[in-house]
Amino acid sequence: MNDSRYIITGLIVFIVLVTFPFWANAGKAAPAPAPSLDTPAIQQLPEKQCVEATAYMRTDHMKLLDEWRTQVVREGKRIYVASNGKEYEMSLEKTCLECHSSKAQFCDQCHNYLDVQPDCWTCHIEPKENK
Amino acid sequence: METSRRNFLKAGGACLLGLTIWPAVKGFAGNSTEYITSSKALTGEKWGLVIDMKKCWPKYQEGCRECFLACQRAHNIPDVTNKEEEIKWIWTEPYENAFPEQEHEYIAASIKGKPFIVLCNHCENPPCVRVCPTKATFKRRDGIVMMDYHRCIGCRYCMAACPYGARSFNFSDPRPFIKEVNPEFPTREKGVVEKCNFCAERIDTGLPPACVEACPAGALVFGDLDDPNSEVRKILASRYTIQRKPELGTHPCIYYLV
Repeated sequence: MNDSRYIITGLIVFIVLVTFPFWANAGKAAPAPAPSLDTPAIQQLPEKQCVEATAYMRTDHMKLLDEWRTQVVREGKRIYVASNGKEYEMSLEKTCLECHSSKAQFCDQCHNYLDVQPDCWTCHIEPKENK
Repeated sequence: METSRRNFLKAGGACLLGLTIWPAVKGFAGNSTEYITSSKALTGEKWGLVIDMKKCWPKYQEGCRECFLACQRAHNIPDVTNKEEEIKWIWTEPYENAFPEQEHEYIAASIKGKPFIVLCNHCENPPCVRVCPTKATFKRRDGIVMMDYHRCIGCRYCMAACPYGARSFNFSDPRPFIKEVNPEFPTREKGVVEKCNFCAERIDTGLPPACVEACPAGALVFGDLDDPNSEVRKILASRYTIQRKPELGTHPCIYYLV
């Protein structure tokens, strides 16, 4: 146990270095985005609901859009019958963006926060509000 | 706890019955989503086109390009001037190039060198579909040879396979070359192949292809080749028509009256 000084010092230095990112960034978390739902089209809706319940849209919109794409492009089925029985045209441009006319609010805020980069807009046309 | 053989079998039977009727219960309970085709959608088994060049030429000579312009507007087709990188969905080829196997030394002056409207032939046996490694190009149930741009990796096998040159590659970002953007139809991006989609998006909502609708001379006749009572079939039955490169066995669905 003659070298215990060195061993313990080395261990402390090691632990400090390894945990550095955790304590250096403690309390500095970026605030979760709160997208504003205030587009003129949404305000005019009698019942402010998307094609499905908000909670489902929040967690599963990517799966829904993926399925919409498959159905429209590959099956030629263009109408979505939602769980409440309403029919919607499955179109990013014509249905989604009609209400969600601000891409910065609806797409970019959360996608930037989570660092995901879906490449929808290289082909699909962004709503005019962003230009 | 003691269970008699009799009670055990009863409980098992009840469970089995429950499982059998479960799908029906789920169906009646509603709350299920569905994907359906629009009630307005045109229905056909094998869409085809008959092009009457005799009707087209007088207008064409006056400078009519309505079918090209309608297609360009509907699908955000970039107007790339560089011949090597141009994007073509519907265009013209001289007779000799469109029908090389029909060409001969003493061809009638009335068709020699004349422009023929050409586009994707929506072949019944499409070589582009066979070679596509990602299944980005596929054949719809109604015969339309379609592209799923989401899946195209830009390998250009389809361009090599297509005997009609009906496919174009986006060598650069097409957006700066689009004159007038139609916000209802996506553009393409750099690195994907594109081609005529026979206006699948219009057919699915009950409209004929944009080129057919735009033609002021009525030179383009659209219809179901599988339906013997359709207008296209009536024309095919009564008049002599030709196809592009039929000897290749691709079975094109575009016919020409000369």
